[in-house]
Amino acid sequence: MASIPAPVPVPAGRSAGLAASTVGIARRGLLKFLRTPQLVVVGTIQSALFLLIFRYVFGGAIGAGGLDYVDFLVPGFITTGLLFAGMGAAAGVAEDLEQGFVDRLRSLPIPRSAVLAGRAMADTALLVWSLAITSAVGFAVGFRLHGGLADALAAFGLLLVFGFAFEWMFITLGLFAGTPQAAQGLALMVFPLTFVSSAYVPVESMPGWMQAFAEHQPVTVMVDAVRVLTQGPAAEALLGHGAGFYVTRALAWSAAILAVFVPLAVARYRRG
Amino acid sequence: MTPTIEATGLRKRFGRTVALDGLDLVAEPGQVLAVLGPNGAGKTTFVRTVATLLRPDAGELAVAGHDVRREPGAVRRVIGLAGQYAAVEPAMTGRENLHLVARLFGQDGRTARASSARVLDLLGLTGAADRLARTYSGGMRRKLDLGASLVGAPRLLLLDEPTTGLDPRSRIELWDAIGALVAAGTDVLLTTQYLDEADHLASRIVIIDHGRVVAAGTPGELKQRAGRNVIEVHTRDRAALARAAAGLAGPGQDQPQVEEATRRVRVAVAAGTDPLRDALGALDAAGIAVEDISLRPPTLDEVFLALTGQGLEQPTETAAGHPAA
Ligand SMILES: Nc1ncnc2c1ncn2[C@@H]1O[C@H](COP(=O)(O)OP(=O)(O)OP(=O)(O)O)[C@@H](O)[C@H]1O
Ligand SMILES: [Mg+2]
Repeated sequence: MASIPAPVPVPAGRSAGLAASTVGIARRGLLKFLRTPQLVVVGTIQSALFLLIFRYVFGGAIGAGGLDYVDFLVPGFITTGLLFAGMGAAAGVAEDLEQGFVDRLRSLPIPRSAVLAGRAMADTALLVWSLAITSAVGFAVGFRLHGGLADALAAFGLLLVFGFAFEWMFITLGLFAGTPQAAQGLALMVFPLTFVSSAYVPVESMPGWMQAFAEHQPVTVMVDAVRVLTQGPAAEALLGHGAGFYVTRALAWSAAILAVFVPLAVARYRRG
Repeated sequence: MTPTIEATGLRKRFGRTVALDGLDLVAEPGQVLAVLGPNGAGKTTFVRTVATLLRPDAGELAVAGHDVRREPGAVRRVIGLAGQYAAVEPAMTGRENLHLVARLFGQDGRTARASSARVLDLLGLTGAADRLARTYSGGMRRKLDLGASLVGAPRLLLLDEPTTGLDPRSRIELWDAIGALVAAGTDVLLTTQYLDEADHLASRIVIIDHGRVVAAGTPGELKQRAGRNVIEVHTRDRAALARAAAGLAGPGQDQPQVEEATRRVRVAVAAGTDPLRDALGALDAAGIAVEDISLRPPTLDEVFLALTGQGLEQPTETAAGHPAA
């Protein structure tokens, strides 16, 4: 134990700006992930297993028109993988609330929006990682690009925008849930979105009443955008529309999700 | 001079629970104020209100002259908070934790490194500074949390039960660290359930219960009114209890209390060790077999009894966490 501290003089009235605080908080989120090897390893193994099961166990029974099933499946797998990876944010936010970390941040002289922005930034960076893993696993089981490289990169960018939008949904759930367990439960809400979609099976194979939902919901639109961007004309023929159709809809859905959940999260966070 | 904290008629309720029920309190600069109270008294609610984490429903609250509702930003520049549950990031090292908070206080990289190193040194954590906080013991975590609250060199430290759950040695180390800060001119608001902690650290104690102040004063004043030591005797035979009580009436300052179930007799005594010697003499003279005898400071329960004329109700909850809703 040292003797009397020499206080470091800090000019009164100073505080970190929005950018600096956001980066600081985002860095913490990334370190938390990178230094918890279980998260990294378990996440990777889970997604690989999931793909292998669909590819080889169900794959034989599912017809995908003019596309190889693997080329049909992997865009769905990558898109839904984003949502499964993003689910963790809900429990993470609830845990930060419960364990007082958010209290500490909220007692600091930083813009309140920095806490949520930092969180969303870190989580979106993790989505890049998740996308890289799921794409690599996809290629390993036989997925191939049949369109241009520029289109494939556009798909990657579009997926990030989409994942970012859903991050805000999960952050909002985490803020409202109360406990990490409840947050985890609420995050399971994405299961209907991921399974009642074109991600794993063609929408036409579902009962009529379900098709109405499945066809228009954001996951289907996003998956189909990735299909057309990575598979080119064969996917267009199968799905019925060109890339522009799906991309604009995927962007519109992302914007709508952000328009709902960003204000909700911010309002909830401000209220405390 | 502007008070560090000035609360008038502060009210806060959660649903049907009234957590603060017209709390009045003033902390002057240069003071360590201890808020003492049992579980559920409203200590954490008060600290969170001062820290601008909760908005009061009614009443006034100013911190260093800034109203918590109208100028929360100004309040946040003045305070450093160590909440009831250590809020450090387990996946970062002690140094990284402090550095992050220092940067968020607006310090540049170099200043942040310097103040983190200084705080680590102050808390005796330099040796463990570069280990992940998840490898820390509970006491080390608590210290790191305290460090995070003071790395921004705040004028007012808010410490919510800083030593709850620590072993006696860590407790004293933390007291020393807090004492050093106070000597360097930091004002402190701390909450505690222990009279001896308040006595050791604070220049002024406010006792609260059910969200209201039930007594306030310097430790000396409160002890004069309530803080008499207690002699407690555990007899071998139940039959001897009445005679033990009679024997203790001499050295005691009030009526000895007999607790049949646990075969104990308790009596408040004057300061010093003389009463203990007298008590032993009296018990010996009466030929009473004693299992054990102790001289101790009064418990919070006994302080309440003395100050308010009524004991504590059973705590309505344990110190478990509530959602930070
Ligand atoms: N977020 C909350 N939601 C509902 N009730 C709450 C909340 N926070 C506190 N309370 C209630 O308000 C009362 C005061 O709680 P508070 O946490 O301020 O007590 P405390 O003195 O800090 O107790 P402890 O010694 O157990 O920490 C309690 O009855 C508690 O249950
Ligand atoms: Mg408390």
